[in-house]
Amino acid sequence: MTAWGDPTLRTVLLGAGLLGLLSGALGCFAVLRRQSLLGDALAHASLPGVCLAFLAGSALGIDPKHPLLLLAGALATAWIGMLLILGIARTTRLKQDAAIGIVLSVLFGIGIALLTYILKNVGGANRAGLDKFLFGQAASLLPRDLQVMAVLGLVVFATLFLLFKQFQVLSFDPAYAASLGMPVRRLEVLLTSLLVIAVVVGLQTVGVVLMAAMIVTPAAAARQWTDRLGRMVLLAGLLGAAAGVLGATISSLRSRLPTGPVVVLCATAILGVSLLFAPRRGLLWAALRRARNRRRVRVENLLKDLWRLGEGDGSFDAVRALSDLRAVRGAGRPDVVRAWRDGLVRLEGTGVRLTAEGAERAGRVVRNHRLWELYLSRRLDLPDDHLHRDAEEMEHALDHEVWEEIDAALGRPRADPHGRPIPRGSPL
Amino acid sequence: MSAAPAQTPALEFHDLTVAYHTKPVLWDVDLAIPEGKLVAVVGPNGAGKSTLLKAALDLVPLASGFVRTFGRSYAEIRREVAYVPQRESVDWDFPSSVLDVVLMGRYGQMGWFRRPSRTDKEIALDALRRVGIAELRDRQISRLSGGQQQRAFLARALAQDARLYLMDEPFAGVDAVTERAIIALLRELRDRGRTVVCVHHDLQTAPEYFDWVVLLNMRLVAAGLLANAFTPENLQRTYGGRLASLETAATRLLRETRGASSLK
Repeated sequence: MTAWGDPTLRTVLLGAGLLGLLSGALGCFAVLRRQSLLGDALAHASLPGVCLAFLAGSALGIDPKHPLLLLAGALATAWIGMLLILGIARTTRLKQDAAIGIVLSVLFGIGIALLTYILKNVGGANRAGLDKFLFGQAASLLPRDLQVMAVLGLVVFATLFLLFKQFQVLSFDPAYAASLGMPVRRLEVLLTSLLVIAVVVGLQTVGVVLMAAMIVTPAAAARQWTDRLGRMVLLAGLLGAAAGVLGATISSLRSRLPTGPVVVLCATAILGVSLLFAPRRGLLWAALRRARNRRRVRVENLLKDLWRLGEGDGSFDAVRALSDLRAVRGAGRPDVVRAWRDGLVRLEGTGVRLTAEGAERAGRVVRNHRLWELYLSRRLDLPDDHLHRDAEEMEHALDHEVWEEIDAALGRPRADPHGRPIPRGSPL
Repeated sequence: MSAAPAQTPALEFHDLTVAYHTKPVLWDVDLAIPEGKLVAVVGPNGAGKSTLLKAALDLVPLASGFVRTFGRSYAEIRREVAYVPQRESVDWDFPSSVLDVVLMGRYGQMGWFRRPSRTDKEIALDALRRVGIAELRDRQISRLSGGQQQRAFLARALAQDARLYLMDEPFAGVDAVTERAIIALLRELRDRGRTVVCVHHDLQTAPEYFDWVVLLNMRLVAAGLLANAFTPENLQRTYGGRLASLETAATRLLRETRGASSLK
């Protein structure tokens, strides 16, 4: 690959991938512990550290833009920000969201003031690029930056791997974790410190302003696809890395766009796809399920109407004209076709007739309806004219287990509150 | 002479006072719960029932007094104690299978960096069998009914194989079948010599389910065998209104002696 052959671009892609991997994996814990905005505060809190480190480097005559120096500065103030947030929430009556808001704005304000001062007053070509920390510029990554990021990443993943079960209980049930004798507060500080590292690693690429998106978005996307924490952490890391690589590529090759916004847009696209298409939790999935359910309800209503037309004289399997059915409830032709395809009715001339299977299904729906009416009437003391609508919905939803429980509780009744029989077994 | 081991109470509270910020929740509670009993902690909302359990588990800072479990401090004895928090205290949409949750019961016994072994998994599965939901082991926990969630929490505690079980409203929001299954399980634990302490809300079932009661309303009203403590007078004193003047005075005292913010 030509992109891989270019060492500059290789550095950029590796850096962006590493950033996504770290922030994605750690973001899972932040999101699950409802601390999504903590990452945002930490990112903003790192800006004054970057500026102070730069100033210190200039004053001491060492390279003020050495990655170790800048990252150390960022780590220092982000970490102070973290302790402030945890401390404020713990010792005052302010809640954590208030603490996050305070710390974020104060430290970011200090950072902006320092940055403005540097850009105006500190000479030399060195200062150029410092403002990239606001919105990120992956193209400015150097191999030495990458080395530092790699070491930090290794530390984070090793800790995550070793203490996975502690972080898992801490995130699910902190009180229980404490009852097991786990040092919950220290684990909390440690986990948040890892988050600080992930944030700081991403600063140069994504920038302090949008870093929070890299914490939240890949984790939220990964949650759509899996129900297990371990897999979620891995997947969020991979999705974050993909967003990072993609965004950095677009930003470096196509334009001089700052990398942060592009990476964030890529991550958001991944999240959008996940929200729509993930099985079970996806919106599309839910819509399909609802549509399938509505079809089932219409077919069952059709069967029920057929059944009830025959209830008067026991002619459950008589042929009924479609026009009769429409008079009852307006069953559509597609529903009739569906019922026929499923073997629930036979088509005879212009009429339909219940099969044995269809009659059994219809009897079950009627039985559910009448049993539920009786249950509402006896147990909830609802007046008779309030029973029907609720039962219209419940007749399609009552599963066997619940039905059995209610039936037993009501003493296997024979008639509903209106005196109509509750059918048992197939009439055919 | 010194007390024989059998006479050491399972759980002992000495002059226990607990406050959230400056609001007293428990005031000067002196209580000894004997071993091998099935104990209900009963009292109105806000009486400090959950806090009593949390104090026993060293989860809340004590304003004064101390707690002994089998005569030892909680840090020394925690492996003998299993906690069942309120079901609503966690987010059940957490990405986890039922077995994952039950395995957490083994974490206290495992080394810091160890993964669950096959033995741990067998113990967890056995616990699931005892609460009757072994077939749900791989199910995502958000897809459990309320009763099944409660059973999963109980299984997690069983997997700890403890001597003392502290349960916060194990019967809250469960169906009748689950309630019967839980009480059968608690009796089985008691019959095997374990001590079970439950925060319980239903005064109707309390005398039927439990053999020892603690009546609590910020202060201890009564405690003892059902026949001795669960009397109409004691219930009247427990539920007959809060002691407003005690609460006001205690709040004032705490504010003056401790400041608004510093707790531990």
